[in-house]
Amino acid sequence: MNGSEVAGGAEAKASMPPGVRLGWVSFVWRPWLVLVTLVLAAAAFLVFCLSISVGDFPIGLSRVIATILGRGEPVDEFVVMDLRMPRALAGLVVGVALGVSGAITQSVARNPLASPDILGITAGAGAVAVFLVTATGGAAAAITGSVGLPAAALLGGLGTGLLVYFLAWRRGVDGFRLILIGISVTAVMQAITTWLLVSADIRDVARAQVWLVGSLDNRSWDEVRVAFWATLVLLAAVAAVAFPFKPMHLGDDVAAGLGVRFGRVRAVLLLCAVLLAAVGVSAAGPVPFVALVAPQVAMRLARWPTPPLIASGTVGALLLIGSDLIARAALPIGLPVGVVTAVVGGPFLVYLLVRANLR
Amino acid sequence: MINTAVDRSVPDGGKDTRRRRAVGLAVLTVALLVAATVSLAVGARALSPAEVWHGLFAEPEPDQKLTEIRLIVQTVRVPRTVLAIVAGLALGVGGALIQGYTRNPIADTGLLGVNAGASFAVVAVIAVFGFTDPFQYVWFAFVGAGLAGVVVFGLASIGRGAGNPLTLALAGQGVTVFLAAMTTAVALSDKESLNALRFWNAGSVAGVRFDVIWPVTGFIAVGLVLALITLPALNLLNLGDDVARALGVNIAASRTLGIVAVTLLAGAATAACGPIAFLGLMVAHVARYLTGPDYRWLVPYAGLLGAGVLLVCDIVGRVVVRPGELEAGVVVALLGAPFFAVLVWRGKFKSA
Repeated sequence: MNGSEVAGGAEAKASMPPGVRLGWVSFVWRPWLVLVTLVLAAAAFLVFCLSISVGDFPIGLSRVIATILGRGEPVDEFVVMDLRMPRALAGLVVGVALGVSGAITQSVARNPLASPDILGITAGAGAVAVFLVTATGGAAAAITGSVGLPAAALLGGLGTGLLVYFLAWRRGVDGFRLILIGISVTAVMQAITTWLLVSADIRDVARAQVWLVGSLDNRSWDEVRVAFWATLVLLAAVAAVAFPFKPMHLGDDVAAGLGVRFGRVRAVLLLCAVLLAAVGVSAAGPVPFVALVAPQVAMRLARWPTPPLIASGTVGALLLIGSDLIARAALPIGLPVGVVTAVVGGPFLVYLLVRANLR
Repeated sequence: MINTAVDRSVPDGGKDTRRRRAVGLAVLTVALLVAATVSLAVGARALSPAEVWHGLFAEPEPDQKLTEIRLIVQTVRVPRTVLAIVAGLALGVGGALIQGYTRNPIADTGLLGVNAGASFAVVAVIAVFGFTDPFQYVWFAFVGAGLAGVVVFGLASIGRGAGNPLTLALAGQGVTVFLAAMTTAVALSDKESLNALRFWNAGSVAGVRFDVIWPVTGFIAVGLVLALITLPALNLLNLGDDVARALGVNIAASRTLGIVAVTLLAGAATAACGPIAFLGLMVAHVARYLTGPDYRWLVPYAGLLGAGVLLVCDIVGRVVVRPGELEAGVVVALLGAPFFAVLVWRGKFKSA
């Protein structure tokens, strides 16, 4: 393992791309990464528009784009902006949030299996949401459906994430300890969920199950707006903190060599990852796999040693909107988007893996 | 980053250490026997030791009360006790092995996709054939678990990354998530399956008859034998592939053997009890803490700990929410996880 790393390092040095300095921003020019990210972003936008154009009342792609740019017909305006936009935008925002969250978690923990799912966030949100659905029964369905459920899930996910973080805190947060604590807290939350499901009425179980698998049905502007701004603010925070500190993946020893601030940066980044995942889960339920697979796909497409943040977010969005599109347009029965992200994402990860191994 | 774990095993391997480890093994065995006795006595109807003895060994008598006790002990308490021991043993050994083979301290027996394969098989046969009796679908669960394990290992064995722990983990994740989604899709469109799935998912050792337990035990026994055979090679593999190869280990063969063992162990246990998450992961870490990184000791410890923990959790589940019962799988997570977190927090686990 060491041998190959040394060889890789020498190779990288031989073809080291030139550094660029623009005022106070300096970065290394990586044409392939930039190209991949741009292509992914374009693809995500295309699928986003496609997702809006498909439905009971199909609208042509060009008219969708015109409407988004504010130059559409009044009829299209209503269907696009009021009916379909919230759902598509929710997919976009949640996808980006989960993708970036996964990329940060995997970089910090230096473990490709690490994802917000393992840090207890999704399990915590799930336990609270299932409690709300099964314990309050049909009576509170109206409240829990639109406002209460996402808010409760957000609190549950956030609370669990922070609990994991503080339990793992012991003169700094160590990636390995974080994962182990995360696994234990996740196990507790899942056990509670299972217990709630076992003792609940079967009709509530079905509703809870739909939420548990992740769904974009019936999103309203109110929910999307909150998720959108929260994600934007968090992404700005991530960008401000992450980009000056590239050597995230170099390990604790290097981190120690770089000084105390490195530990603080890592803590802030992790906190952002927890918040991003919680926002994503509150808006769409614990959509499986996006946070895990998006960074891995982005890494392989970009041929990058660690999960690239922006590309991971874009892959997440692409995966989520694309899956939602498939769920609505191609499948006979209305399945929640989470089923499709998993059915599409799982084999795709395996395909990437096998292809990389065959090369 | 993980395989530095072995470095203490050599200087530690003296006579004293060996004796200490052997004593520990004996203590665990005795504790397991005590727990088994308690398990026979505790339940909706508490029995005295004498009654348990009678229920186990006495000849049938006309006495109504004694016949009843006999019935409870022999058809309810004994099967679930035996199953808890066998399944716990399998999951403990499986957890220790999979962590060793993937060199990933967060690896679990569920990693190979066996849990997901079993769950999918269960909902599928319920949706297609309308099975309602667990004794009908336990075989499909085992086949599903085995197939998932084979597919994961097959995918991970293609090409250059063959046997690479990371490849295995990622392939396992891919297949698991895929199968879990298919399971959900079936469950959401078939209410009967959804109903069965939620109970199956809880993981329980109750209500399983011996005609299921014996065959499952057979598979687990084969898995245990394979596991024991592969232990010395596993120790060498944890020194790194290059070192192991230089020392004459056939890496591909021993990895295959190990994965087959894990699939048999986890698949059979899951088929009989449903997915019991976290048990294998937890006891593997506790065993490593007790024995150090020598797998020849670590694995037996993990097995006995797994059996003991599952048994105790089953007993606790019978007592805490009377008159109902809490499934053993739920108790495992609720009790085991905080315990595990405390150990982690106190720095008992090095990043292996």
